[in-house]
Amino acid sequence: MVLSSIGKIFSKKSAPSNSADDVNTIDLATQRQLIWRRFKRHRLGFSASIIVLLFYVAVIFADFLSTAPPVDYAAARGYMPPQPIKFFENGHFMSTCEVTGERNMETFLMEFTENCEDTQGVSFFGKGYEYKLWGIIPTNRHILGMKDETKDPNAWIHLFGTDKQGRDVYSRTMHATRVSLTIGLVGVALSIVFGIFVGAISGYYGGLVDSILQRVIEIIRSVPTIPLYMGLSSAFPEDWTINQIYFMITIIISLFAWTDLARVIRGRFLAMKDEDFVTAARLNGAKTMRIVFVHMLPSFYSHIIAQASLSLPLMIVTETSLSFLGLGLRPPAVSYGVLLKDAQNVQSVANMPWLFIPAIAVILVILALNFMGDGIRDAADPYQEV
Amino acid sequence: MVTEKKNKNETLPLLEVRNLHTYFYTADGVVKAVDGVDLDVFPKKTLGIVGESGCGKSITTKSILRLIDRPGKILDGTMNLYDKNHENSQDITKLNNQELKQVRGGRISMIFQEPMTSFSPIHTVGNQITEAIKLHLKYEKNEAMELAEDWLIRVGMSNPKQRLKQYAFELSGGQRQRAMIAMALCTNPDILIADEPTTALDVTTQAQTLDLLNDLQEKNGMSIIMITHDLGVIAELADEVNVMYLGKVVESGTIHQVFKDPKHPYTQALLSSIPSLATGHRERLPILPGTIPHPQARPQGCPFNPRCKDFIDGTCNVEFPKQEQIEDGHLVNCHLYNK
Amino acid sequence: MLNFLIRRTVFMFIALWAVTLISFFIINLPEGDYVTAYIAQLQATGSMVDAEEADNLRKFYGLDRPLYIQYFKWMNQIFLDQNLGFSFEYNMPVTEVISERLLLTIVLAIACVIFIWVIAIPFGIISAVKQYSVWDYLFTFLGFVGLAIPDFMIALIAMYLFFVWFDFSPGGLFSPEYVGVPWSWGRVKDLIDHIWIPMVVLGTAGTASLMRITRANLLDELSKPYVITARAKGLSEWRLIMKYPVRLALNPAISLTAYILPYLISGSIIVGVVLSLPTVGPMLVKALVAQDMFLAGGIILLIGFMTVVGTFISDLLLLWVDPRIRLESGGS
Repeated sequence: MVLSSIGKIFSKKSAPSNSADDVNTIDLATQRQLIWRRFKRHRLGFSASIIVLLFYVAVIFADFLSTAPPVDYAAARGYMPPQPIKFFENGHFMSTCEVTGERNMETFLMEFTENCEDTQGVSFFGKGYEYKLWGIIPTNRHILGMKDETKDPNAWIHLFGTDKQGRDVYSRTMHATRVSLTIGLVGVALSIVFGIFVGAISGYYGGLVDSILQRVIEIIRSVPTIPLYMGLSSAFPEDWTINQIYFMITIIISLFAWTDLARVIRGRFLAMKDEDFVTAARLNGAKTMRIVFVHMLPSFYSHIIAQASLSLPLMIVTETSLSFLGLGLRPPAVSYGVLLKDAQNVQSVANMPWLFIPAIAVILVILALNFMGDGIRDAADPYQEV
Repeated sequence: MVTEKKNKNETLPLLEVRNLHTYFYTADGVVKAVDGVDLDVFPKKTLGIVGESGCGKSITTKSILRLIDRPGKILDGTMNLYDKNHENSQDITKLNNQELKQVRGGRISMIFQEPMTSFSPIHTVGNQITEAIKLHLKYEKNEAMELAEDWLIRVGMSNPKQRLKQYAFELSGGQRQRAMIAMALCTNPDILIADEPTTALDVTTQAQTLDLLNDLQEKNGMSIIMITHDLGVIAELADEVNVMYLGKVVESGTIHQVFKDPKHPYTQALLSSIPSLATGHRERLPILPGTIPHPQARPQGCPFNPRCKDFIDGTCNVEFPKQEQIEDGHLVNCHLYNK
Repeated sequence: MLNFLIRRTVFMFIALWAVTLISFFIINLPEGDYVTAYIAQLQATGSMVDAEEADNLRKFYGLDRPLYIQYFKWMNQIFLDQNLGFSFEYNMPVTEVISERLLLTIVLAIACVIFIWVIAIPFGIISAVKQYSVWDYLFTFLGFVGLAIPDFMIALIAMYLFFVWFDFSPGGLFSPEYVGVPWSWGRVKDLIDHIWIPMVVLGTAGTASLMRITRANLLDELSKPYVITARAKGLSEWRLIMKYPVRLALNPAISLTAYILPYLISGSIIVGVVLSLPTVGPMLVKALVAQDMFLAGGIILLIGFMTVVGTFISDLLLLWVDPRIRLESGGS
C-alpha cells in the first residue's frame, strides 16, 4: 500500500472514461487482465519484477553464465581482485590482461600485477569448461570464453575476483543464485500447498476446527524459528549427500512459513462461505472438496500469488542465514549463505571487498521480490489491510 | 448576485456565505464540488439544505468550518459571521488558525450523520463532552463535568452521571445521537450544523431527535443548518430551504414558498416524487430521468439541463442562469424565469 | 475482560508446553543419546567404557525407558530441580553456562523493543500525518529497505563501515576489563555504551515493520469521522492527532510487538554470531555444531519460553490499553 503511493508518483494520469455516449459500449476485461493492467501501472513493482526475472534467467542459465566451474580452486589464484574486461584494445573487442601474483613477504598478502601488453581476446559464447545445459545437452559454451582456446578461462576471466581458495566469485555467485532461488521456490510451493489446505479447512468449517487450528498456528508463530531450524538442521547425519540436505532444508524452511498464507486464506474463506454462490453449489449437491477447490479457491488466486511472492524473499533469507551460520547448506554446495560465510570476517571484507558482491546480489533480489510482491498485492487487492 | 438578503421579517443574517467555491483536485481531474453557492443563516431560524447525494451539501457546510482536506481546497468566496448585533463580522475564509479554532465548536458546532463513529471508541463520553467545555468555556474539570451532566439531562438522556463514564459503544443509537447533540451544544454556539443527523436512525428515533432539536432551538435560540436528502425532515424542521444540484443552489426561499410553489424544474420533480397517501387512485410515481453526471463530465450551462423537462436548447446548455427573484425571499436560478 | 485473560493464560501454558515438546524432540534428534556422547568424550580423553558399563549408565539415566518417560523425567528435572542437564563442552551444568548469557539476551531484547518503539512510532506518525511529503517517502523507503535486508547482513555492513570509517571493530557487549566480572555500576554503564550497535542492527527490521503498520493504521484512522468531529470542536491539530487517532493506532502496534518478539530473538542469534555478542546465540550455534544436546535443547527451551511469555505480556499490555477488550465489547 505504501509502495503504491510511491508508485503513483511514477504512474501517469488516466483520462476519465465516462461520457454519455460511452454508456452503451462496455469494455470487458477478465479479472486477470484487470490485475495485469493495475500491476503494469505500478511502476515500482513492475520494474522490480523485471529484475526478478533477470535473476531467474540466471537461475536457468547458471552454467552458461559462469566462466569457471564453481568448485575449481587453485590456491595460487587466491584473493585475486576483479579483472575488468577491457574493450577495444590490442585489436580485440574484449580482452583481459594477464595477472601474476606474488606474495608480499611482509604483509603475507598476495599482490597481483597486471600485464596489459599481452592481452588475450575474450569472446561471447566462447568455450570453457564442459557441462550439461539443464543436465541434458552437453556443451562447453559459456557466455564469455577465451578466443585462444588453449587458454583456460578460469585463469583469465575473473569478473568478480576470486576467493581465498582461488575460486571465481562471479561463477560461484551464478550458481549460488540458482541454488538459493530454487530452494526459495520449492519452499514457497510447499507452504502454499499446506497453507491453502489448512486455511481452507479452518475457514470453511469454522467453529471448533477453526479454533483449534488457529491456536496451533498461533503457537507456531510464537516460537522463534531460527533456533528451531538450527536445531533441526544440525541433526542431519554426517553422511547425507548435498541433495538430501538441500531437500531437507527446503522442508524445514516451509515448516513455519505456511502460517501466514493459512491465515490470509482462512480470512477469505470465512468471509466467503456465506455467499450465495457457495450455498447454491451446496444445494446442487456438490461435495465439500469440490466447493472449496473449484468454486471458492479460484477467486483468490491473486491473493495467493501475492502472499507467495512476499514469502519467497523470507525463505531466501532464512536459507541464507542458516547456511551463513554453517547450519544449512555446506560446502561444496554453493548458495548465497555459503558464499557470505567467507565474508564473515571484517578483515577479509575490508581487504578484499569483492567478496561482498554476493551480498549485493542477495539484497537486490530480496528488495526486488518485496517490491514486486507489494505491487502484485496492490494490484490484486488494493483494499487489503496491511 | 444578491448582496444582502433579508428574510421576510427584515432581520439580518447571522452567517452570510457568498460565492463559495470548493474544488477537489484529484488524480483524475478537478471535481467542482461547490461551484458558486450563496446561503444565509438567520438568528433562531433553521435553514435546510436539500439535494441528492453528491450535490455538494455536505461539502458546503464543511467548508463553512474549513474542514476541507487535501485534495480539496476552498478557492473563492466569503463567509461572514456576524455577532449578535450584526455589527462586527469575521470572514471565516480569512481567519488564522487561532481564530478558526475559536469559531469551531465555539460559535459554530457541527453534528454528523453517524454518531457511533463520531465518537472516539477509547475515550469516555464524558471526556469528549467536557473537552469542548474546557476548551471554549474555560471551565475547570469539575465544573465542566457538572455542565456536561446538565446538558445530558437537557437532551433527555437517562442516567446522565453514569453515561458520562461510559464509552460510545455502550450506548444505544438514539442515546449516542443525544450525546452528540449535547457535545455540540454545551458550548452555546450561535449556529448548529446538522449533517444528515437522522439518516442513520430508525424512524422513531428520528422523530425523537427532530423533536429534541426543535425544542432546544426554542429554548436556546441557536440557528440550525440542517442538511438532508429527506424532504419530510425539512418540512418538519426548517424555516428556509436551499435546493442544491451539482454544487449550485438552484432554488431558495421559505418552506412555504418552495414547497407550495416550487419554481425550478428540479425542485418540482423532487416534490412530485414524494408518494402521497392522499391521492386515492394509484398512479406511477413520476421519476426523474437520467442520473447525476460524472463529476468530471458536468454539462455545459445549467447543470440540470440533460434531465430537465423544460429544457430549452441553445439557452440551457450554454450558460448558467442568473439568479432571479420570484417574490421577496424566493430566489431561483432558471432560464424559464429570466426577466 | 476476565474471559480474555483466562483464554490468554491458558493459551500461554499450552504454548509453553509445546515449546518443551519441541525442545525435547530436538534434543533427541541426533543419532545416539547422552550416553553415546558421554562415552565418545571419555574415549577422546583416553578412557574406555565397555558395553556393560554403558548399559548401566543408560539405566541410571533412564535412557532405556520409552521416550515419553524420558520426557517426564526431563520435565521433572527442569521444573523441580532446576537442572537443565549437563554440558559436555563446558563440563558444567547447563544452568551455570547460560545464566549470564541468558540475562544479556533478555536485556538486548528489551533494549531492542524500546528502540523500536522510540523510533518507529514517532516516524510512523510523522509519515502518516505528513503523507506524500518528502519525509514520508524517505521514512517509508528506509523502513522498507531495513525490512528487506536480512539482519546479519546489516550487521556485516555495520561492522564493515565501522572498520573502514572508525578503524574500530565493534563486537561484544563489554570492554575487555569488564568481561566475566561480577556486576557493578561500572559494568552496567559499559554495557549501555556497547549495546547500542547491536540494538540498532537488530532493531532495524522490527522498526521498519512497526513504522509501516503505524503509518497504515494511522492513515486509516485519520480519515475517520471522530477525527473530523474533534477538529470541528476546535481542537488544535497536533493535540487532536495525539489524543485520538494515535491512541487507537497504538493498539495494533502493541499486537505487532507480540509478533516481533520471535523475530527479534531469532535475529539476535544470527547477529550475535556476527558481532560476537555474549548472548545465547553464538553459544547455541556452537552447541549444535558440537552436538552438545542438553545445552542446545536447554537454550532452545529457554528462548522459547522467553518468547511465549513476552507475547503474553504484550497481550496484557493490550488489555490495559484498550477499553474495548476490557469491557468485552466484541467490537475490537
